[in-house]
Amino acid sequence: MTTTAERPATTSTRTWEHHHVLDLDDFTRDEIEEVLGLAERMREVLDRRIARVPALRGHTVVNLFYENSTRTRASFELAGKVLGADVISLSASTSSVQKGESLIDTVRTLRAMGADVIVMRHSSAGAAYLAASHTEASIVNAGDGAHAHPTQALLDLYTMRKHFGDLRGKRVVMVGDISHSRVARSDMWGLSAMGAEVVVCGPPTLLPRGLRVEDRPAHAEAALPLVRVEADIERALEGAHVVMALRLQSERQQGGLLPSLHEYAAHYQVTAARLARAHPDHLLMHPGPKNEGVEIAGDVATGSHSIIEEQVTNGVAVRMALLYLLAGMGGRPAPAPMESMR
Amino acid sequence: MTTLAIHNARVIDPALGRDGIADVVIVDGRVARVGPNEGDAVIEADRIDATGLVVAPGFVDLHVHLREPGFEYKETIASGTAAAARGGFTTVCAMPNTMPALDSRPAVESVLREADISARVRVLPVGCITRGREGKELAPAGELVRSGVVALSDDGDAVADPSLMRHALEYSTVFGLPIAQHCEDPQLVRDGHMHEGWVATRLGLRGRPASAEETLVARDIALAELAGAHLHIQHVSTAGSVALIRAARARGAHVTAEVTPHHLTLTHEEVAFGGGDYRQIAYNANAKVNPPLREQADVEACIAALRDGVIDAVATDHAPHALSDKDIEFNLAAAGISGLETAFGLLMSLVHAGHLDLATLVERLTAGPARAWGLERRAGLDGIGTLAPGALGDLVVLDPNAEWTVDPREFASTGRNTPLAGRQLKGRVVATVYGGRVVHALEGVAI
Repeated sequence: MTTTAERPATTSTRTWEHHHVLDLDDFTRDEIEEVLGLAERMREVLDRRIARVPALRGHTVVNLFYENSTRTRASFELAGKVLGADVISLSASTSSVQKGESLIDTVRTLRAMGADVIVMRHSSAGAAYLAASHTEASIVNAGDGAHAHPTQALLDLYTMRKHFGDLRGKRVVMVGDISHSRVARSDMWGLSAMGAEVVVCGPPTLLPRGLRVEDRPAHAEAALPLVRVEADIERALEGAHVVMALRLQSERQQGGLLPSLHEYAAHYQVTAARLARAHPDHLLMHPGPKNEGVEIAGDVATGSHSIIEEQVTNGVAVRMALLYLLAGMGGRPAPAPMESMR
Repeated sequence: MTTLAIHNARVIDPALGRDGIADVVIVDGRVARVGPNEGDAVIEADRIDATGLVVAPGFVDLHVHLREPGFEYKETIASGTAAAARGGFTTVCAMPNTMPALDSRPAVESVLREADISARVRVLPVGCITRGREGKELAPAGELVRSGVVALSDDGDAVADPSLMRHALEYSTVFGLPIAQHCEDPQLVRDGHMHEGWVATRLGLRGRPASAEETLVARDIALAELAGAHLHIQHVSTAGSVALIRAARARGAHVTAEVTPHHLTLTHEEVAFGGGDYRQIAYNANAKVNPPLREQADVEACIAALRDGVIDAVATDHAPHALSDKDIEFNLAAAGISGLETAFGLLMSLVHAGHLDLATLVERLTAGPARAWGLERRAGLDGIGTLAPGALGDLVVLDPNAEWTVDPREFASTGRNTPLAGRQLKGRVVATVYGGRVVHALEGVAI
């Protein structure tokens, strides 16, 4: 098994030109490689006894979360702190939106206070794009409605690549609520950039329209990633190298999209029996937080193919890499030769 | 006696079958004579030399939002009708989703009073179908008719309750008033912010499916036939709706319809890919409108229906909004396009592309809408939409080939919300005459 650690230092290819990270749709394979390569160095930092380097000393990172989040927010906080940045986390309730404090005002105010990077999660698709068009600060999209979650996708890519080395030709199957999944959308872009084959699977009520290439005009073929859409889970899992179960929220039942969670589990739960169709060395992933017994069977989630916890640790490393690159450090020596604060 | 003579224009008056070089003479606010060299005999007059230009009856818009009373920060009767004049519209029908809604005599009269004071062109108010536009009980149609409304509509929302809609249609037959419906099923479009399709999927937005419009069009046609009433379908946007309307009219049902310039020319791609680059997305709230911009096949069906006369009229659905309504999160942004001042230029793209001839376009902007709502039968509106002798002295001077760039900062409308900013259009309103008075003229037009 090859790992990214064996690759040369990322400084050899300076491709980074992003001021914001809004989605992976505008990332080339090289740019993704650059992030993943740097994340590998960041993993080494994290594995030190005292995981702290001064790379971003004097930089201010603001986590602006309009939606609840435990793991993504903690992950960004840690990433910033390990790199020595000043990190502020704000839970902006959407009630302040109702009070007339606009997103644009908030973002501009934070910039005026010196924010270099604003990590933003918001329930509205496109909110990060709106923010990015009104501030000089770098915006990192930590989830905008059902649209995108690029840092989750990058950590997924990093985790897969750590196991496979090269994702070209690997079959990645995402199962569940594709319609409402920002993770699935960003993963589709990242995976297709990396040359993987993407299959999405879910009940028709949870599959968005227009995902099949034949459902859009020829001139717009490249406007969405090329994916195979499969309503039948048995067929979808055939030969899968990676199986990703997506979180199913109980609101979908109230919304009339599903008869019951029980019925969903009966037809779409990722179980050991169904995984028998997958590649013998398949990996099992989940963006979390997971509902064991609904979209994924408990024994599978904790079984030998599961790399769910590894995803979490890798998330910090990937986010460190992004913050580092956004701070304009891409051209400098990667953190391995940096002086650590012992 | 005040006289206005317009010389040497190509006069297009579809209702009278006229299309040729002529002069138009307006005396005391009414059309006096139309014919070759008729202006030469006029001794004392204001004159417009319209050589190389087109003169048509003033445009009639069955669907505008003037926002007054209640939302004067978006638009006023003064600014909205100034925009109408710039767009060539001499008659606009004002939708009743104001605050208060136009569901009572005092509310309608307040609009008419304000229009008397500040309107640049004619304002015909539309009353609510239901009290407060709440879709629960009928608004007093008789009282509204006596106050001067020309149609009833809960526009912005559909009357969702089928039983209430049936009764509204039945009741309207007493007054011979059109019931104008915004056809989108509220349950099917809930939380939807653009057309349901691949672009919405690309943006992670919930969609408003075409079927949400088509199910209500089908339902309301059936109810109108049951009631023997006049149903007017507002802003038709899908090929399916067109097919339903076409079939209903073939059966002889009293169904009329309008379509907007944006639904005739733009698709849902405008929201995300206005620049034409499919790798670069945007969330362009200025392209957010209800019903939403649809797909190319829908656009083509709407054009064909307009050409065939299955759709009677082009109506702008001019929906001005303030920047603070639009420059926010896409799902929170208000829906609507400020359309009066770009309508003609945008519609001319259909003519230049060969989809429509100019005379047909003029008909759908003049006699078509007037006939659809029977406006010409109303007291004081005789000859509306035509340049017949004795008709209202409302006309427009057009340059079909003038190229210009849309700059919303130049709008007379307070609403600068247009997806066309920076777009090059070919076809421009040179001057607008309302009641014999020039209410709009481009700089440099000699009068």
